[in-house]
Amino acid sequence: MTIRCRILYTKGPDLRYTANLDVHRIWERTFRRAQLPLAYSQGFHPQPRLNQACPLPLGMTSQAEVLDAWLEEDLPPAQVQSALQKAAPPGLLIQQVEIVDLSLPSLQTQVRSAEYTLWLLDPPSLEALRAAVDDLLAASELMRVRREKQYNLRPLVESLTVASSQPPTLHMQLSAREGATGRPEEVLDALGIPANAARVERTALHFQSS
Amino acid sequence: MLTPQEIQDRLERILLTVEKPGRYHGGEFNQVRKPWDSVSTHVALIFPDIYDIGLPNLGLAIFYESLNQRPDVLAERAYAPWLDMEAAMRQADIPLYALESRRALADFDILAFTLPYETLFTNTLNLLDLAQIPLRSAERGDNHPLVIAGGHTAYNPEPMAPFIDAFVVGEGEEVIHEIVAAHQAWKTSNAPRPALLERLAQISGVYVPSFYEPEYHPDGTIAQVRCIHPSAPPTILKRIVPTLPPPPTRFLVPNIDVVHNRIAVEIMRGCTRGCRFCHAGVINRPVRERPVAEVVDAIQQALTSTGFEEVALLSLSSSDYRPILELVETMSERFAQRHLTISLPSLRIDSFSIDLMEKLRGSRQGGFTLAPEAASDRMRRIINKPIASQQLLDTARAIYSRGWTTVKLYFMIGQPGETMEDVQAIVDLCKAVLREGRSVIGRRANLNIGLGTLVPKPHTPFQWAATNSFDLIRSKLRIVRDELRTAGVKVTWTDPHDTLLESWLSRGDRRMAEVVYAAWKRGVKFDAWQDQHNFESWQAAFEEAGLDPDFYSHRERPLDEIFPWDHISPGVRKSYLIQEFKMSQEECLRPDCREQCYACGILPAFNEMRRSLGEDEWFCPIPAPRSTPVPEETA
Ligand code: SF4
Repeated sequence: MTIRCRILYTKGPDLRYTANLDVHRIWERTFRRAQLPLAYSQGFHPQPRLNQACPLPLGMTSQAEVLDAWLEEDLPPAQVQSALQKAAPPGLLIQQVEIVDLSLPSLQTQVRSAEYTLWLLDPPSLEALRAAVDDLLAASELMRVRREKQYNLRPLVESLTVASSQPPTLHMQLSAREGATGRPEEVLDALGIPANAARVERTALHFQSS
Repeated sequence: MLTPQEIQDRLERILLTVEKPGRYHGGEFNQVRKPWDSVSTHVALIFPDIYDIGLPNLGLAIFYESLNQRPDVLAERAYAPWLDMEAAMRQADIPLYALESRRALADFDILAFTLPYETLFTNTLNLLDLAQIPLRSAERGDNHPLVIAGGHTAYNPEPMAPFIDAFVVGEGEEVIHEIVAAHQAWKTSNAPRPALLERLAQISGVYVPSFYEPEYHPDGTIAQVRCIHPSAPPTILKRIVPTLPPPPTRFLVPNIDVVHNRIAVEIMRGCTRGCRFCHAGVINRPVRERPVAEVVDAIQQALTSTGFEEVALLSLSSSDYRPILELVETMSERFAQRHLTISLPSLRIDSFSIDLMEKLRGSRQGGFTLAPEAASDRMRRIINKPIASQQLLDTARAIYSRGWTTVKLYFMIGQPGETMEDVQAIVDLCKAVLREGRSVIGRRANLNIGLGTLVPKPHTPFQWAATNSFDLIRSKLRIVRDELRTAGVKVTWTDPHDTLLESWLSRGDRRMAEVVYAAWKRGVKFDAWQDQHNFESWQAAFEEAGLDPDFYSHRERPLDEIFPWDHISPGVRKSYLIQEFKMSQEECLRPDCREQCYACGILPAFNEMRRSLGEDEWFCPIPAPRSTPVPEETA
């Protein structure tokens, strides 16, 4: 009998430079090492049934990744969690495993927004940063070009704040709906900060409450 | 040197600006991290090409696992950064570092380079430079790491002699531990660096080039290679292991895609077929097999410890592995439930090979590969690879009719004595193969042809022969390409520039080192990459060093010439190779030496070792006991 496991996990610094497609492969191998029976899709080239909520851009870490995995055996979530953790590569920390209803809609369609924390490697003064953030928030439109397509970044920024820690950090909540996804490095760029001068962590994913 | 933290901080700023930053980050499953101060010897294993190619290297995997099992040693890894990353590292003044600890390579005790092919030479210099270590052995002091190298190129180490402190000739599984022991003893002795080299020179199979000095005739050929140090043996006999040790199972599982994401198990080492162009066939003698149970258990363990889905069973000639059927049947039974892809390369041209592939139930997508090498009976006698054309056609027909739509054939041009008719024979044979395919499955039949060009390699029966000239190679390639411009046929070939480069580097003497250096100075690197086009720089480098490239590649060498590599011995005698060369000129075949031993030299070289082993452990017979020891023939 098939079950659907929803896995909440951390993608740590060891996996920062692993892109989304490769994360998928890492999961497949982790399941195989854990000897958990992944269910496969039908068809000529059967693929293991794994479903990630929301791709994480290269270079970022995350406290809040979510994955659905279909298993061919009814196993208790605690057992799945401990087997996975033993087989996980450095940087993959399994926080929680729960069994969810097979009929739930796919994760990708349910993501609404994501939160990020950014540590700046060359932090400007708190005042300068605040001023830049205020300017950005005050704009009604922020036209940008990404992959040769023009889009307006402003509506995708749901919140943007500066924490007066030493050094200051940025927190933002960006839209993460299909076809309307805000990217932290785009916000950084709009603030005049190069993307490689920040350490970015996703801290939460918000789903449509169903 | 920068501290690991400083290196890490600088890296963080550049990694997002380069292509595939995961290459430079480590963190793989099965990676071993040990506290730096918990061990006495720090070894960096280096594959001087990019991560994607170096990570799956089996040699490196063997050393990584076996060194890290020792509590007193840590082994970490480094690969060549791609051009973009090298530029970024130089800009940020980041030295080459090991992936595990982020330590600068200069902080290690031993840097061990894997050099399976000559086109890695310039990269080796470049990596030493990136590591901020003097390129030349003579310029390194007591505080620099020991730089060693091994792999197939060590059978002619001369073109790299000034840059490498010591070479390992032959199989490294045991020697590496002896080198570590020598290093540890030297370190506690507080003696200066030359004392370390002396210790190393006493290990069998280790070549310390600075203890030898070549002298040349006015025409540039070698007069003699003089031993200039009392602890240096006149000839360095390769090292071998009597029995293959258990294979590695804890393969590194990369976090990014690399060229082979798989478990590789060597099922057999060595080959008795005696193809006369084949370097591996000479240097890997004698033949040693791994028992089926050991292979299957290793795969089982490796599957569990890696999660890979692909398995490669490696050997020079899979069909000659005696229990091949048992292995294939056991594997298909044991792993039937898993979604595995199993590859079994180097199969003989017969229907039994097709049976084997069918039992493995592998995908038929990639096509079925065969290597006839030559297409005319005359050439087959010259290279000693007798395959009847009819047998090839029958096999191809069977392959097409049993579900494969693509047959891949490998041929090698440029063999000594080859005429244009022999090249034409390749075309005719390929057309006949395609006709077979068409007659069975019609237009769906595909044929891929790979054309290599002979580089007469040191220690092979063809070492006296010349490499074909650029123009000759080109005209031969053109015949095949032009005549096989047919739908369903795909021809790939080695660029003649690459053939020449490989000739120079593999057949060079110690003076060639200055060419390698000059080429590197001109920015040459990644010679193994077709898109790097370094040919003109190489020619300029020859000019700068005052050497003639043709002297190395296009000169037929007289039988009594002393070769730059004659003091390195693969255990096979030069007199045997001469015999083989002459037989080739007489177009005489010499059957597989499993049927009859031709006394190639392996047995006297490893007499005691052979006697200590059971009948079945090597394909070579156990020599009859002798009352007086026979002196070993010197080359
Ligand atoms: S010693 Fe005899 S059997 Fe062994 S590899 Fe040489 S020729 Fe073959």
